[in-house]
Amino acid sequence: MLRRAATIMTASRPVTLFEKIWLGHLVKSLDDGRDLIFVDRHILQETTSAIAFAGLTRTGRSVLHPEMTIATQDHIVSTEPGRDETTNPQGRELLTLMRHNAYRNRIRHFGVDDPRQGIVHVIGPELGVALPGCVLVCGDSHTSTAGGLGALGIGIGTSEVEHVLATQTLALTRPKTMRITYEGKLQPGTSAKDLILRAIGLFGIAAGQGHAIEYAGEAIAGLPVEARLTICNMSIEIGARLGLIAPDDKTFAYVAGREFAPEGAVLDHALAHWRTLYSAPGARFDKEYTVDCSRIAPQVTWGTTQQDVVGVDDRVPRVDSFPDAARREMAAAAMAYMGVEPGMALEGLPVDVAFIGSCTNARLSDLEAAAAIAKGGKVAPGVRAMVVPGSMSVKRAAEAKGLHEIFRQAGFEWRDAGCSMCVSINEDIVPPGRRAIATSNRNFENRQGPRSRTHLASPAMVAAAALAGHITDIRKADQP
Amino acid sequence: MKQPFRNFSGIAAAMPAPNINTDAIIPAAYLRTANADLGKGLFGMLRYDDAGNEKPDFVLNQPPFREAEILFAGENFGCGSSREAAAWALKQFGMRCVFAPSFADIFYENAFRNGLLAGKVAPDALARMVAQAGGATPLFAVDLAAGHVTHADGERMAFEIAPARRDALLRGDDEIDMTLAHRAEIAAFHSAGLAERPWLHAPLARKA
Repeated sequence: MLRRAATIMTASRPVTLFEKIWLGHLVKSLDDGRDLIFVDRHILQETTSAIAFAGLTRTGRSVLHPEMTIATQDHIVSTEPGRDETTNPQGRELLTLMRHNAYRNRIRHFGVDDPRQGIVHVIGPELGVALPGCVLVCGDSHTSTAGGLGALGIGIGTSEVEHVLATQTLALTRPKTMRITYEGKLQPGTSAKDLILRAIGLFGIAAGQGHAIEYAGEAIAGLPVEARLTICNMSIEIGARLGLIAPDDKTFAYVAGREFAPEGAVLDHALAHWRTLYSAPGARFDKEYTVDCSRIAPQVTWGTTQQDVVGVDDRVPRVDSFPDAARREMAAAAMAYMGVEPGMALEGLPVDVAFIGSCTNARLSDLEAAAAIAKGGKVAPGVRAMVVPGSMSVKRAAEAKGLHEIFRQAGFEWRDAGCSMCVSINEDIVPPGRRAIATSNRNFENRQGPRSRTHLASPAMVAAAALAGHITDIRKADQP
Repeated sequence: MKQPFRNFSGIAAAMPAPNINTDAIIPAAYLRTANADLGKGLFGMLRYDDAGNEKPDFVLNQPPFREAEILFAGENFGCGSSREAAAWALKQFGMRCVFAPSFADIFYENAFRNGLLAGKVAPDALARMVAQAGGATPLFAVDLAAGHVTHADGERMAFEIAPARRDALLRGDDEIDMTLAHRAEIAAFHSAGLAERPWLHAPLARKA
């Protein structure tokens, strides 16, 4: 198959990174124009797999490759320290089903009783299950996170979960290609979160529809691997099912030595292949965008889609600043929902909740960035501030560095791993009408709970808002 | 086999705002069990007040539209979460098709796999249909083979769907059965990979 892919590549034009991996996984092109793509890695979670297993049972099918599949419990788990499957009573049914379905089908299960439990998109890379050049799927839209390692991470629905369980393949329309090139250097006080929010603000939440995005440029090459995972994580928020970054020596160093990563001669073999994973010079993309990093301030969303975003030193836009009528109507509705006014400064806006967590921003480096701000400070009176590590492994690593003491002394809750207040399907909910600043990925209406108001920002910005009690600019010297 | 898609006439409801996301289509509160009443949860936060009572001004709470089988929606319908419950909720409510200028990628696949017709339409044609759906007779005929929706007064809107997808809906193809017809090629691909890229095709194994 690699030979076949190589033939296709050398026979024609210079190809993109995405096309190399896609063609390397092409089982066959189907009569209906779609491609049948082989899946190397499948990660299951409790809220999108139960009905897939029920479908297998109903149709008498079995799991084709349980040894290429892992499962965890992350969405509906309680994040209360010391929790188990029963701590959140509303989660018991789906958590039990996940454990039973994994056990019956001989699938490795990293549940709440396992030290490797965590958010699917955090543990995939962390365990060495996600690898450069692999096709990894999961019943969750943020599966593109693995693109930060140079993998094709594809978020799928439950019928597709069942399809992969039964066939280890997906029938997909081949996406078009798109590249976002970040020119210039990352500015002080900004992070990967600001880079991706800025791109969504510039190009809109549907810009990537039907496309696989490659993120490139000097600023991307300079990012550590965890930050690249953050960038790729939010590809779906710009409309793309897939987003990826060419792997490099940093990636290879990140992967080597992880629990399920190759080692020895197999690793050498893999490395030789991984070093071919880049877009050939002259490769053409169907869409090309550039972002100027020198103009990016810490980003904060003001509305109810991620394209409603500005620098923290900027103001909520005037409704008439939007060129088209539909967008003006949406902006006005978003402002009414969020309780903000056109022209209002975001700095100084009081917050009730500060959430540091989610598959976007709950890795060790994210917690370190937040702790650097929180150190020696105190969470403002009346603010609920919580830190939810992305995995139990992240939690242990943070504790080894003493971050939990910094957070606790400042008044942050220090919780167990899970999706928590990003999807608010467990008991971690923003009360009605309350305003949250969050490191997560969606500021939709009612996302963090009925009538919750969400401002998305980076971990450092969220920590700073927790201490100040309001949205604040981390670049200013008079930080609390 | 799934149920083949049959042409029908039915009521259409209009929700022409763009970017209706899957959190809005089916809120997380309805996803805590494997057997939730998703039809009741459809557009839950828009449809009910805090006490759980229907909001009278919401379109699907109004008399003709409670029976709606067709939804006219704005661009980028179904963006956000991959939750297939969004497609299930629409189906369980009674919707058989959604027409919009564009759909988010994952929702589009989910709809197709549940026999829910997701037809792409021109924005200006959609605007006329939205107006008709708000008029005296919000009744429309859907013809999948011909690729159009016709209002009771005769006005017609074409929709776009890949011919292979259209045919699969008309036949009620089961995607997994279709793929399992290629099981020998899948097995051969997997075997070849054991030698060519063992780090991906060998069973996941912990380090010694």
